[in-house]
Amino acid sequence: MKPSDHTPIMRVRDLTKTFPVASSGLDRVRGLPAKSVKALTGVSLDLLRGETLGIVGESGCGKSTLARCLVRLYDADSGTLEYDGTNVLGLRGKNLRSYNRRVQMVFQDPFSSLNPRMTVGQVLNEALAVHRLRSSREIPGRIQELLELVGLPKDASERLPHEFSGGQRQRIGIARALSVEPETLIADELVSALDVSVQAQVVNLLLELQERLHLTVMFVAHDLRLVRHISHRVAVMYLGRIVELSSTEKLFSSPEHPYTQALLRAAPDLDPSRKNTLEAVHGELPSPLNPPSGCAFHPRCPKAFERCTLEVPKLEARGLEGHESACFLYEPSSKFKLNLNLLEKP
Amino acid sequence: MAAPSLVAAQTSSRTRVRLKPSLIAGIVIIGSLVIMALVPNLVAPYSPTNFDYQAVLQAPSIKHPFGTDNFGRDVLSRVIWGAQVDMQIALFTTLFPFVFGTLVGAMTGYYGRWLDAIFGRIVDIVVTFPFLVLVIAIVALLGPGLNNMFIAVSAVGWITYGRLVRGEILTQKKAEYALAGRVMGYTASRIIFRHLLPNAITPAVVYWMTDMALGILLGSSLGYLGLGAQPPTAEWGVIIADGKNFMTTAWWISTFPGLAITVAGIGFSLLGDGLADLLRPKG
Amino acid sequence: MNPQTATTLLELRDLRTVFHTARGALTAVNGVNLSLHEGEVLGLVGESGSGKSVTLRSILRLVRPPGKVSGTVLWRGTNLLELPESRLRKVRGGEISMIFQEPMTALNPVLNIGEQITETLQEHTNLSSQDRNARATELLELVGIPSPKERLKDFPHQFSGGMRQRAMIAIALASNPKLLLADEPTTALDVTIQDQILKLLLRLKDTLGMGVILVTHDLGVVAQTCDRVAVMYAGRIVEVAPASELFAQPRHAYTLGLLNSVPGAQSTRRPLIPIPGAPPNLANLPPGCPFSPRCPYVTNACKLEQPALQAISSTRLSACIHFDRLEPVNAQPPPEVQP
Ligand SMILES: Nc1ncnc2c1ncn2[C@@H]1O[C@H](COP(=O)(O)OP(=O)(O)O)[C@@H](O)[C@H]1O
Ligand SMILES: Nc1ncnc2c1ncn2[C@@H]1O[C@H](COP(=O)(O)OP(=O)(O)O)[C@@H](O)[C@H]1O
Ligand code: SF4
Ligand SMILES: [Mg+2]
Ligand SMILES: [Mg+2]
Repeated sequence: MKPSDHTPIMRVRDLTKTFPVASSGLDRVRGLPAKSVKALTGVSLDLLRGETLGIVGESGCGKSTLARCLVRLYDADSGTLEYDGTNVLGLRGKNLRSYNRRVQMVFQDPFSSLNPRMTVGQVLNEALAVHRLRSSREIPGRIQELLELVGLPKDASERLPHEFSGGQRQRIGIARALSVEPETLIADELVSALDVSVQAQVVNLLLELQERLHLTVMFVAHDLRLVRHISHRVAVMYLGRIVELSSTEKLFSSPEHPYTQALLRAAPDLDPSRKNTLEAVHGELPSPLNPPSGCAFHPRCPKAFERCTLEVPKLEARGLEGHESACFLYEPSSKFKLNLNLLEKP
Repeated sequence: MAAPSLVAAQTSSRTRVRLKPSLIAGIVIIGSLVIMALVPNLVAPYSPTNFDYQAVLQAPSIKHPFGTDNFGRDVLSRVIWGAQVDMQIALFTTLFPFVFGTLVGAMTGYYGRWLDAIFGRIVDIVVTFPFLVLVIAIVALLGPGLNNMFIAVSAVGWITYGRLVRGEILTQKKAEYALAGRVMGYTASRIIFRHLLPNAITPAVVYWMTDMALGILLGSSLGYLGLGAQPPTAEWGVIIADGKNFMTTAWWISTFPGLAITVAGIGFSLLGDGLADLLRPKG
Repeated sequence: MNPQTATTLLELRDLRTVFHTARGALTAVNGVNLSLHEGEVLGLVGESGSGKSVTLRSILRLVRPPGKVSGTVLWRGTNLLELPESRLRKVRGGEISMIFQEPMTALNPVLNIGEQITETLQEHTNLSSQDRNARATELLELVGIPSPKERLKDFPHQFSGGMRQRAMIAIALASNPKLLLADEPTTALDVTIQDQILKLLLRLKDTLGMGVILVTHDLGVVAQTCDRVAVMYAGRIVEVAPASELFAQPRHAYTLGLLNSVPGAQSTRRPLIPIPGAPPNLANLPPGCPFSPRCPYVTNACKLEQPALQAISSTRLSACIHFDRLEPVNAQPPPEVQP
């Protein structure tokens, strides 16, 4: 299945976000410079109308930071973010609010993502009333519609979050996001906290809602299998950068970047006959306080050569059409060089 | 939609509220004190200020359960009328600090940056002085009397609430439901008052109860020192001071108002404990 | 390894752990029968709350009141549940070691890693203090911690998550255990680190000849590391099989449901096949098969009596009445979602 069309609805260019790190008193006495975490370093991508873009990577690589920058929970340090032609980073007040109506977010933690003191009905009522989406007479009916949409029981609206299971709470979070009728949904580890059988229920709901409501979805997760299952395209992140971006099929069948290859090898296969006794990759994630020079993956990369330690490889098309990676092992294919995020035509 | 009060958000649950015995005891104690404060004339058997030279320094008896003082005033009636003054002290030494401190704490906690920096400076300055010394200094400056005492205590007391609420808001605002509120496009005031405060205010409410007991203690101390309520007002601290010359001969004059202070203190802390339990979110 | 010829290291017979709580008795482990052979990796898999951790803790009598453990835990011929506390201490952390999901809570934050290893060595070996230090370095090296001699002086908070897990494994190995109980040792780790730790465990198992019980909720981890698998549901073992056979064809409807709900390799953007509903309340189990309220194969027989875990072949056990009627995994790929 292909997204309905291939026009980018969101354009992200060179997004950078740095968090200051509280330095210890000792460091300050020693006169060491204030430290900072580069959570995002020049991230560029397009989100295409109607697609599901998966974002994968290990913890700390900047997935949540990216997601939060996109909905303006965090202010990016530099770079541009355009949504449907408007510059999002400059939005304030009313305009920001109407942007957020179009671009919504669903959160990870089934426990802290809902106000423990508000019933489901109050949560949805608030959203509908604040945005004046329905007259007060129509609100109860709309709440019932939303509950039905996400598969919650009718009487859910009078209940408090603690009366629901983890999977149901994530449904409430989805209903809250959908209440303002957004076009784009950013889901940060939507099902990571759930058991597999419940995960499947929520994934199905997401797939179904996307079809019914023509949603564009950015699905952030660390579970490769899951991302592969629901994404049209996938971006792989490592230490604050996108290292590979491609259609799901190509990324999983012929990964280019050695880190992507390592990730795929490390993900435990469900088939016991395909056992591998060799480690997929050596070493640990470097500290984001002090990232390696050049290609951030070079200290762990089995194929690294001198250039990798000196220069930062750019994310660009380097072989197959519509397949971008940031690794010097592949020469940029100039033919596609200008086509960021180019997607295979149906 | 008007933002409903904190209490409304509290009790909207379907689950039935079951009160703990300690909370009930607290409610009973503070409830009786409030009744005494509201209608002392109906509760007290005698006038608190009329002299009766026929009955000076009488030991507790059926007629005068708490005895009489050196002017023949009925100590029970004075203690009951004292409740009026002392409950006022409890309320007025803490109400402004609670409200103002909570607001400041919520704002500084939510917005941070320069607002927080200013608050931090004020806190740094105020905490270097012992509370009582500061209050006495201010009262000495403004002159003795209840109103000046309220001003003095309020000027210092809000800091504690501010710090308590600020800390809670700092943790709550990082919770995903608060982030969700921002992505939903809610205004800062809606997020602060409808979402964060109900989840952040419990420690402040509990402290408020303790603070009322402390307020009574402080008020009666100042009354005792002659800096608070002025004689002949029946105020527990003033009554204790009245009786201090008769401690050996007429112990009852000072003892019963002292007991009243203790009972009020216990009542408030039971109430605080019970409220902490009641306000904790379920699940 | 052929389970028939291998000697049995550990045998659980009718293990039962009940928590007597204010809300009534909650049976977390409900008559578990299970055996582990020498040198074998046995996977214990199930969703959260199914009783995996409590089972592991019950083996070493680490369940605190209000929990009560009954049944038999046969460890090389002796019943650990009846062993006096003093002798149990020699077994616990000695012949049987345990590692946990959160190394940070299992490690002592105020002792450096070296001290924590030598402490175990002192308790369970006769090495001299000098030999203990040498052995500690050796152990850190064994678990793949670079510059082990220097890292001995580090405290747990100075280690990354993966390194902490390695350090905990080093401590667990200090006593030369014959059995390692691993409770979700890689759940808190990233995939590339999980992969390293699992392969390390497998290597160590081979070189040291240990048996391993690996508790996990991740079917992929089971497939890649375990020789045999026991599937747990609502405090019961519902299926036991060699890993290859289990993944080829589950013989319990719950196992089939689990495998179906995992996104597979082939079908993208199709609805998954979830298990409807939620696990039962352990304090109030349904009559008959505990899975019956969620089971697509359920018949009246399932609801009458709790099916026993029975041998269905020379290598497999199942507690499903309809074990022979189950379809293959991902049998009929459901239709694509249509707009
Ligand atoms: N609010 C924050 N303050 C300071 N550092 C942060 C903050 N949020 C994230 N970071 C740091 O930024 C990096 C990326 O984090 P995050 O985006 O949460 O990664 P992911 O979601 O991929 O696990 C990490 O090193 C993290 O410690
Ligand atoms: N100390 C305890 N007191 C009461 N119930 C407990 C206790 N420990 C575990 N349980 C209950 O036992 C059941 C099984 O728990 P556990 O073994 O931790 O599950 P798993 O490890 O499979 O996720 C759960 O329902 C849990 O609530
Ligand atoms: S650029 Fe070099 S170090 Fe980076 S992934 Fe490619 S080969 Fe490895
Ligand atoms: Mg994250
Ligand atoms: Mg567990």
